[in-house]
Amino acid sequence: MNEREKLLDQYSGRVFKNRKDHIVQLEADGVPQEIAANSRSVPGLMINRGCCYAGCKGVVLGPLKDVVVLTHGPIGCGYYSWGTRRNKARSDSEGKSFIQYCFSTDLQEPDIVFGGEKKLKQAIQEIMEIFAPKCIMICSTCPVGLIGDDIHAVANWAKATYGIACVAYSCEGYKGVSQSAGHHIANNGLMKNIIGTSGAKRDKKFAVNMLGEYNIGGDGWEVERLLKLIGYEVVSIFTGDGSYEQIKNAHTANLNLVQCHRSINYIAEMMKKKYGIDWIKVNFIGIGETMRSLREMAVYFDDEGLRQRTEEVIAAELADIEETREAYRAKLHGHTAGIFVGGSRSHHYQNLLADFGIKTVIAGYEFAHRDDYEGREVLSGIKPDADSKNIEELTIEPDDQYYHLTLNKERFDALQQKIDIEKYEGMFRDMGNGTVTVDDFNHYETEKLIELFEPDIFYSGIKDKYMIQKSGTPSRQLHSYDYSGPYAGFRGAVNFARDTYMSIFTPAWKYLTPPWNTRPTLEGIIGGGENA
Amino acid sequence: MLDATPKKITERRALRVNPCKTCEPVGAMYAALGVHRCMPHSHGSQGCCSYHRTFLARHFKEPAIATTSSFTEGACVFGGGSNLKKAVKNVFDIYDPDVIAVHTTCLSETIGDDINTYIQQMEIPEGKIVVHANTPSYAGSHIVGFGNMMSGFIQYLAEKKAVSNGKIGIFPGFVNPGDMREMKRLAGLMHGDYIMFPDTSGVMDAPNKGHYEMYPKGGTTIEEIRALGSVEKIFALGELTTKAPAIKLKEKCDVDFAALPLPMGVEATDQYIMELSHFLHTEVPESIEEERGQLVDIMLDAHANFYQKTAAIYGDPDTVLGLTAFALELGMVPKYVLTGTKNREFTKKAEALLAKFGANDCKAVDNGDLFELHQWIKNDPVDILVGTTHGKYIAKAEDIPLVRAGFPILDRYVHSYMPIVGYRGAMRLLELIGNALMDRQDRDAADEDLELVM
Ligand code: SF4
Ligand code: SF4
Repeated sequence: MNEREKLLDQYSGRVFKNRKDHIVQLEADGVPQEIAANSRSVPGLMINRGCCYAGCKGVVLGPLKDVVVLTHGPIGCGYYSWGTRRNKARSDSEGKSFIQYCFSTDLQEPDIVFGGEKKLKQAIQEIMEIFAPKCIMICSTCPVGLIGDDIHAVANWAKATYGIACVAYSCEGYKGVSQSAGHHIANNGLMKNIIGTSGAKRDKKFAVNMLGEYNIGGDGWEVERLLKLIGYEVVSIFTGDGSYEQIKNAHTANLNLVQCHRSINYIAEMMKKKYGIDWIKVNFIGIGETMRSLREMAVYFDDEGLRQRTEEVIAAELADIEETREAYRAKLHGHTAGIFVGGSRSHHYQNLLADFGIKTVIAGYEFAHRDDYEGREVLSGIKPDADSKNIEELTIEPDDQYYHLTLNKERFDALQQKIDIEKYEGMFRDMGNGTVTVDDFNHYETEKLIELFEPDIFYSGIKDKYMIQKSGTPSRQLHSYDYSGPYAGFRGAVNFARDTYMSIFTPAWKYLTPPWNTRPTLEGIIGGGENA
Repeated sequence: MLDATPKKITERRALRVNPCKTCEPVGAMYAALGVHRCMPHSHGSQGCCSYHRTFLARHFKEPAIATTSSFTEGACVFGGGSNLKKAVKNVFDIYDPDVIAVHTTCLSETIGDDINTYIQQMEIPEGKIVVHANTPSYAGSHIVGFGNMMSGFIQYLAEKKAVSNGKIGIFPGFVNPGDMREMKRLAGLMHGDYIMFPDTSGVMDAPNKGHYEMYPKGGTTIEEIRALGSVEKIFALGELTTKAPAIKLKEKCDVDFAALPLPMGVEATDQYIMELSHFLHTEVPESIEEERGQLVDIMLDAHANFYQKTAAIYGDPDTVLGLTAFALELGMVPKYVLTGTKNREFTKKAEALLAKFGANDCKAVDNGDLFELHQWIKNDPVDILVGTTHGKYIAKAEDIPLVRAGFPILDRYVHSYMPIVGYRGAMRLLELIGNALMDRQDRDAADEDLELVM
């Protein structure tokens, strides 16, 4: 039995039938195999997935700092997504930041029975009185969808009454099969209502949007620092330290950089259709990957000055971290890792681990789709099921005013051969023979895989962290970075290496077994017999 | 920090900002984790379960196990029965608990799933048990959910036997494992033969032994829960949380109860000890009297540092009442006393406490939020904040020291192991609050005013 079979051995009947397609053991280095993904979880398995609301409000919209994101529902959903995701943000000089706040309609029984629309309106009125934001976003939670509140009508009412932007998102937790549906709904709402509404023209040369960068632990700031050093202008960030004010202007960028493919590829594609803006798949996690991304950007813009600046910045940054990087590489080289995160990081971080000589032997995603594993080539072959059909696909037409292609067709085709333009090859391409990948991993599988592979460190989230640590395996959270970071770019890479080293080698590991369990304590007692 | 919070207080009828409570199921999940070999199960979409596990893991820095029915849109239309039945089968197959404790979520409540019927219809393996509690968050906070799950267990399991088992039952309320250990220690010193329910000690503070145990050795056993129906008396500590399940047990098995405050500070701990002594007919041992005397001694030694110091105390109802009582005993002025849970009883009790100590110009509210608390502080500040982690933003914005106590504490370690109940818990609180106040005095002192001896 190989590891995959051992993993499946415990399952019987229906569970086996379901799980077997979600678990893949690669048979050759970097050669994708088919995996089942983005489908319903099996009830009763202790999974790590969250809900549609968590993907929409928690991930994509929550970081928008000048927006009052109002959770329409009972108190919990809003409460848990308050301040817990480490999407850092600074308040602008002019504006107020609402990042430290949690806004909820805190629905009560009568609202559930008689409808919550009145309360929602009243809450918006109070928001306007107290906070007067330029933009309000309403996110609904499970019960709201069932009692039938028309949050979109309320949003229109708010727009008309207060002259503000107000967008409603029907992101009830039961939609789709995971956070992923929520990303899509959030993407749609931003595309339809916010992007391109500023009236500004595209008049810059090297202007980019960063898509799918949530500024966890300050990653976005680190990337922005590099881009600015080289001479790029960052128009907007979706959505870490991002804002309504910036995103209105997103249509004025020349190129979209996609960091987290899973959560934001919809916007990248829709902006291509509507505004003609190309996108490339970047990855600023990992030293090699950061260099690749910066160089591909330079290739895209095809400007000699930019190209030179790129090389200078890379050289300077490398020199800056050289010593520390070498020191940690020497210490970490040859270790093995397991990595289970949401929908993109499990791939990104394998590159960073490889920079320090750490081999990833187990990987998996919570809510990825097949293309995140196997590459976008498989997209055309994925048939929508009942759950994904419920998520709206917007029909996008080129914009009369703003549509403008940066590259002609010839140049675009030529570039496609050279760089990751509108292309994502997926995680499998970077994984080795014999490694095991699990989609929608659960508690049992995590435990079992650790037993089978005995990795030196395991990266996951808070729900697993302490279980893994109790099993004697160093464990770090890759959702929250265990309150550290940034991990992006060159400097971030050595932060990550330092944290990884620290967690594997912290002295406390030596004390797991008390001395009296390995050394006799009753030495020298006459007649101590077998207990001595 | 919190720059959008204006000083001017506007009346709000619909908008909740920066809540000081959360939802029922997380309380239910925590209660269920205090049962030995129990798997909490969240009947709803998977998001709630994920949030609740995350939240508990962050407070306790421990694994918080629980499974979910993983609703999709179909389940909302057709009901969640099939999901629940599948889930229960899979949980027993794969994780092998002795009992599954199902709680509902807003979703399954709104569609009106009848869990009782589902449980009756499902196949449950020999010797295994499934219980349930209804926990709609639009009807109560995590505190209510905790009590509801206790009632659920009692409803399903507690049995009245012809003869009493001679034990007492202790309901610890929504407190940390460290508090539960302290309550048990005191009861043990009083020679009480007790059943604590629920009991998360040994579960949510389990040691690291280098191998993971899904079901650590702690937790109230099923036998013990059954036996609750035949105990002599229940001591429902933290009455705003535990009185409801005590009433449930009284109804079902006719067991008497004493509803008491959490044993925090001198008087409430005295009350706990006196009740035990009275009921068990045991004398209070020397060792308890010694602890108490030590506490009073310290209170006298240090009183000058607490006199007239103003505090804002916020968090869960029973914890806040306990903290308020002790603050008053120390000579402090608990200027703002706030809980997010809707409970008029809380406000009445808090007001009674304040009146008893002649603390005028103090404000006590239930169903409040931290935004409101912050606005009060902006208008009239306090010397110290005592409460949960979410207050740290107010603390920073207003430059007021914060002592962490209660649930949740997401940003510090060890808190869940150390009691704030009993005389020793009071000593610890006194040290925490005293250090915070005195560190502030040192920090703010001019060079010539820095005291070596204080
Ligand atoms: S839906 Fe209800 S149970 Fe679920 S997280 Fe929200 S408030 Fe809590
Ligand atoms: S109620 Fe729905 S929206 Fe809220 S956390 Fe649960 S699954 Fe998500």
